[in-house]
Amino acid sequence: MRHEIGLAIGPATFRVGSAWRGPIMQLRALYADYPAVDLDRQVPDFTVRLQPTRPWRRFVRPSIFIAGDHWLAEAAPMALGHGLLAAEMGMNLQMALGWRRHLLLHAASVERDGRAIILTGESGSGKSTLAAQLGERGWRLMGDEFALLDLESGLAHPFPRLVSLKNAAIAVATAGLPPARLGPRLAGTAKGTIRHLVPAPDAIARMREPAMPALLLFPRFGPPLDRRPVDPGEAFVRLTQASTNYIALGEAAFRALAQVVTHVPALALDYPDGEAAIAAIEALWSECP
Amino acid sequence: MSARLLVAMLVAPARCAALSARQWTALLTAARAERLLGTLAARLEGLAVPADVAPILADARLDAARERLQALWEVDRAVAALAAIGCAPILLKGSAFVAAGLLAGQGRAIGDLDILVPRDRLDAVEAALLGAGWEWVKPDPYDDAYYRRWMHELPPLIHAERDRMIDVHHTILPLTARRRPDAAAMIADAVPLGNGAAVPRIDDMLCHAAAHLLADGDMAGGLRNLWDIHCLIVEHGAAADFWPALAARAERHQLAEPVRRAVRLAHRLFGTEVPEAWRAGGAADGLFMARLLCRDDWGRETRPLLRLGFYLRSHGLRMPPLMLARHLWTKWRRGYRPMG
Repeated sequence: MRHEIGLAIGPATFRVGSAWRGPIMQLRALYADYPAVDLDRQVPDFTVRLQPTRPWRRFVRPSIFIAGDHWLAEAAPMALGHGLLAAEMGMNLQMALGWRRHLLLHAASVERDGRAIILTGESGSGKSTLAAQLGERGWRLMGDEFALLDLESGLAHPFPRLVSLKNAAIAVATAGLPPARLGPRLAGTAKGTIRHLVPAPDAIARMREPAMPALLLFPRFGPPLDRRPVDPGEAFVRLTQASTNYIALGEAAFRALAQVVTHVPALALDYPDGEAAIAAIEALWSECP
Repeated sequence: MSARLLVAMLVAPARCAALSARQWTALLTAARAERLLGTLAARLEGLAVPADVAPILADARLDAARERLQALWEVDRAVAALAAIGCAPILLKGSAFVAAGLLAGQGRAIGDLDILVPRDRLDAVEAALLGAGWEWVKPDPYDDAYYRRWMHELPPLIHAERDRMIDVHHTILPLTARRRPDAAAMIADAVPLGNGAAVPRIDDMLCHAAAHLLADGDMAGGLRNLWDIHCLIVEHGAAADFWPALAARAERHQLAEPVRRAVRLAHRLFGTEVPEAWRAGGAADGLFMARLLCRDDWGRETRPLLRLGFYLRSHGLRMPPLMLARHLWTKWRRGYRPMG
């Protein structure tokens, strides 16, 4: 492809190719502090391609089709202006469909003192926003999208990609942060306005440092503040639903997940706003065994 | 041209020692795109590979092992569902290769379960599968009617709980195609496996693979079919009477030309050992080889015009022109657009 970049995020490496220069330049800027992947010397785990939906759509009303090792035939084409988002979606897709070295949970995670909180929930539960905020307030951001559980040890491995902030969460989570850590404002995407945030320096520097899960949280944004314990059986089922490779990993995944839910306390947390949630999380953490 | 690199490494895996990082990346990407990564990983087993390549191959082996297990389980379930009506399904393609323990099954990607049953048992088989939890996938009445009237298989069924697809064939080419394989002979001579299922004779497997590759479809992903053919010959080509029996069988299925071409293509691409008499001819083989090798370093299909040619050819193979025109017109009105 005409333009390419090698990227390393946590334990995974990517080759992103693009028919256009723009998306690669944006990736180069935003991933500047991540370890470099020299494609002349390293073999990446996955290939992502940003290609025109039709040959002429490279020039005329440019339109991106996200392809690569793993891709969805029915994926909607994207505008060139949303190229950065397309690249991020392409990399997420490779992880969701192709990663086999850990149990992959669709979850955010943060770490303190070598122990991690795993936050998982539906899209819109606020896990990205909470993770981004915690990452600026004394926690190490491990990732806002995927938590990678080691099948043997149960350790959570970071996947600190760019944090994807949506709509109202953008102002909340980026207040006071230097503009250099922010990507372009992408208006009119399928999920509204999106802006990417470069994780704090320690999140990137320590991206290969795992942590033992100490608390499982199922946050829900909107209702008044409330918390209730989630029994291991329910936590197990919720986590299988949050995993994209649970089936593919078979018995190893079952054992790893059973370990997690029997040893790690799990709570559902309803919250009306970020400040309340963060206060509640700090309180829960101080009670954590 | 990384498809060529893929072919070279499948044939002589030890030569991977000389590959650069860029070549490895191209090789793995092309292998994934051709659904041959599991096969490549099996071929490279035990060889020294770069540290960043080893885990990718290990993942591929894990996936292949899981697909094998799932395929065998689907076979088991289909056998159980059809036992009640006294029908022993004949396994086709990937499921047959792994169930029969053939070389072609090593590392092979297996998607759907394909079975062959006698045409006069179709209604009973369909009812038995529906009763055992399989459901229709195609909601479109035109597609459904089309399948039932003109195709060599029922519309695909998917299992409600396991989310796995089964294709129930009653012959191996669409009824609209010019060639009429002798499905009854294939069924009569099938080899029982002892688990309630059977597999076709090796020469019938080869005829089916050749029909699938060259007499049906546009050859997309054809490298994997040709590798199946190569493996069948490697494992059984030296048996006494293999080649005359294959020739006679191909003739019987009206597949002499596709089988001969498939054998030649395997010989030319994979260096498969075939008798001198089977190597002759094939003026157009170059085009077929070019079509099989349409894959670049990024896993993209190259040569759009050549592919379009084979795409049009596939429709010509499948049905007569007037019927094709009617079919394409109906599909177009329903919003179907080919090639992307």
